[in-house]
Amino acid sequence: MTNDIAGIKAADVILVIGSDTTSAHPVIAARIKQAVRSGKTKLIVIDPKEIRLADYATIYARQRCGTDVAVLNGIMHVILKNGWEAKEFVASRCEGFDALKAEVEKYTPEAVEKISGIPAATLTAIADLFSHAGTGGLFYSMGITQHTTGVDNVKSTANLQMICGNMGKTGGGVNPLRGQSNVQGACDMGGLPNVFPAYQKVGDEAVQAKFDKAWGTKCSVKPGITITEMIDGAITGNVKALYIMGENPVISDPDQHHVQKALEACGFLVVQDMFLTETAKYAHVVLPAAAWAEKDGTFTNTERRVQRLNKAVQAPGEAKSDWEIIQGIANAMGAGWQYANSEAIFEEMRTLTPSYAGMTYDRLGSMGLQWPCPTIEHPGTPVLHREKFTRGLGLMTAIPFKEAAELPDAEYPFVLTTGRVLYQFHTGTMTRKTAGINKLAGPMVMLSDPDAAALGVRNGEKVKVSTRRGNIVTYASVTNKIGKGTVYIPFHYAEAPANRLTIAAVDPVAKIPEFKVCAAKIEKA
Amino acid sequence: MKVTINGKEYEARQGQTVLQAARDNGVYIPSLCYHPKTGPAGKCRVCIVEIEGARGLQTSCTVPVKEGMIINTESENVRKAQRLVVDLLLSSGRHDCLACEQNGACELQDAAYRLGIERPTFTLAPKEQTDNSAEFVFREHAKCIQCGRCIAGCNATVVNEVLDFGFRGHDTKVICDDDVPMGSSTCVQCGECVQLCPTGAIVDKLPRGKARTWQLEKVETVCPYCGVGCRQELHVDRAANRIVRISGVEDSPVNEGMLCVKGRYAFDFVQSPERLTAPLIREDGGTFRKASWDEALTLVASRFGDVVKKHGPDAVAGLASAKVTNEENFLFQKFMRTRIITNNIDHCARL
Repeated sequence: MTNDIAGIKAADVILVIGSDTTSAHPVIAARIKQAVRSGKTKLIVIDPKEIRLADYATIYARQRCGTDVAVLNGIMHVILKNGWEAKEFVASRCEGFDALKAEVEKYTPEAVEKISGIPAATLTAIADLFSHAGTGGLFYSMGITQHTTGVDNVKSTANLQMICGNMGKTGGGVNPLRGQSNVQGACDMGGLPNVFPAYQKVGDEAVQAKFDKAWGTKCSVKPGITITEMIDGAITGNVKALYIMGENPVISDPDQHHVQKALEACGFLVVQDMFLTETAKYAHVVLPAAAWAEKDGTFTNTERRVQRLNKAVQAPGEAKSDWEIIQGIANAMGAGWQYANSEAIFEEMRTLTPSYAGMTYDRLGSMGLQWPCPTIEHPGTPVLHREKFTRGLGLMTAIPFKEAAELPDAEYPFVLTTGRVLYQFHTGTMTRKTAGINKLAGPMVMLSDPDAAALGVRNGEKVKVSTRRGNIVTYASVTNKIGKGTVYIPFHYAEAPANRLTIAAVDPVAKIPEFKVCAAKIEKA
Repeated sequence: MKVTINGKEYEARQGQTVLQAARDNGVYIPSLCYHPKTGPAGKCRVCIVEIEGARGLQTSCTVPVKEGMIINTESENVRKAQRLVVDLLLSSGRHDCLACEQNGACELQDAAYRLGIERPTFTLAPKEQTDNSAEFVFREHAKCIQCGRCIAGCNATVVNEVLDFGFRGHDTKVICDDDVPMGSSTCVQCGECVQLCPTGAIVDKLPRGKARTWQLEKVETVCPYCGVGCRQELHVDRAANRIVRISGVEDSPVNEGMLCVKGRYAFDFVQSPERLTAPLIREDGGTFRKASWDEALTLVASRFGDVVKKHGPDAVAGLASAKVTNEENFLFQKFMRTRIITNNIDHCARL
């Protein structure tokens, strides 16, 4: 998030696009509902499902899955055509406006209605409300990113927020809601193939020199491969050994059969986890890890707030914290590391991570600090890009609309989209082991009333869902909350895994898979 | 500004209520319906005090402080009135403390204790009625004092809009939707009502009868689920090495005490018998056998070393994790970059 959670109440209008917030980020949804309830904030929801937040929205619009660029360009078209943009902000803080303007020129509300299914009048109303209501905050989640056009979608949200002058203001901003407890931190810490901690580029001479010196080793200057490329590499033989810590790609990655084939083919697979997960079953060595409550350390949340974890209980048996296990392997390979505790690692980390440099365990206390926090006196940064953007001027980008990789056809006539439900989490390694939770939410496919009627399927009946990758049998949840021709499956369930069906097509830049659109067929089971 | 409470001068801030000013200065005034998050309600009348110049007794939770205000919280008049109110509240319910979950953390019990009320004077024979229908929340209407905190929390804080008062007069009770059992209602089991309830009327269901409040140690940490980073307090039974319950941290700028059903209730997995307790090594037949850490780590190190030697460092790849700490992710990438010498590091940020 460019902005902070506490600032949500300062927004005059909030646009939620591609986030089922009450399901995936319930406490942020509560903040948004509070803001609406206070009477200050108007809400706009754009989502293929008529999600719970839509009940609080002034405008709800249902787009065809995978048409977000067209929708956002259409909203910008109306704003620019009417001169509703924040002219001063655009002129003084941004660049690339002319190219953007020329591109969105083509996206008349009528043209966008044809592409997205959102009525032209609704698009105009959204543009009117969003651009006229003081400060506007934009929130999105994987509904924006998990597309072959994920990067285009994200850039489009940034374009909209720049032309509305909503950046650098409390209550505004581009706010991706991060889906896992420390996904922000894992990225910040350089758990990525092309960057060291704090996004310092692999291959940059000064960066390489800094890390080589700190670590006394010559690090590789060649950017590494992404998760999807690792899976492919295991099949082609380029990847011979794979070390997986606290991840479950058999359930979380697209095209499950492909993933399973890769793990089987992998010469040496090490999995470090709390449980013998669906992925760990393929391992050659499984290492038992401690749970969150069994260790100290820090997580970084979606608003960039670094907060401390405190150990509450002992790990079972011989299970160890992940850092102890990593240190054990490193030392078995001759590293000679002697980190006594997580704080010792944090202290080294902050000397190499400029945005965390001013943080210490003592300073974090119980409230935490938001990065960037470059010095020991710095109070942290709730809102980014206040006076200027990190790169100087905000870069607007002309983005043409592109269709998703796989569209429905005669054989696979439905659009399948995936996501989360409130009661389960990700691959279910934690929630599915918890009594009570499973009673509240089991596997299902959400199917529209007219589609169910045409198929002769009633609520709760078994259906078979197939795509070109495979098929699953699950239960129909018949509803008017989803549009005709679209079906939705939560991906948490090993017994009916949505990712047996999804497509491994990825965004060319971010390499994120297109979980939100593929073609599917539904039959009575 | 300066105010005088019970003959002693204290500092107070503009905009504070008398109750807030007294609490900030360590002066106990019993109160039940007021909660910092849900604000003054003026319902329970337990917080009444004498204010010089004001007619009759005033509810301290609704009266703002004024410069030079003279307040008496322990005059005989005040005590008599407070005792009567608490006595009536105790009498109108079934406040049996012996097996109550809230024993030791109950604000009604505290008030009775401070006012010296052993047992209620009146017997108004409340209807015994419990609601055990929900997965995680247990309700006992006879312990409800109708302070309305749960209703305010449900509607104004988490805005789930499930709870409300139903019926009239003596029959008034907190209902879910149109008075259906909580388990069949639209309730999403966030547990905000549990956190706000001052008595044992709405409690966490799973830990009932498992631990007394004073036997639990509280440890603050961060929720392991989504990326919001809600601050939680784990209530731990040290002797049993178990998390008994989880509550939200009220002064957290992230969640202001709120949690969702997962953050508050989905923690059983920690104690699951399926947890891995020793390293496992796959045997030639394909089955796993338990191994010592020494053996497992040596095997991993030598196999990684072999692959690097034979196929080069880029034949090894590693997945860091969006569910482990910063320190662990930092160390993981340092390991891959300095021991294997590859940048083949990723995690499920995209998934």
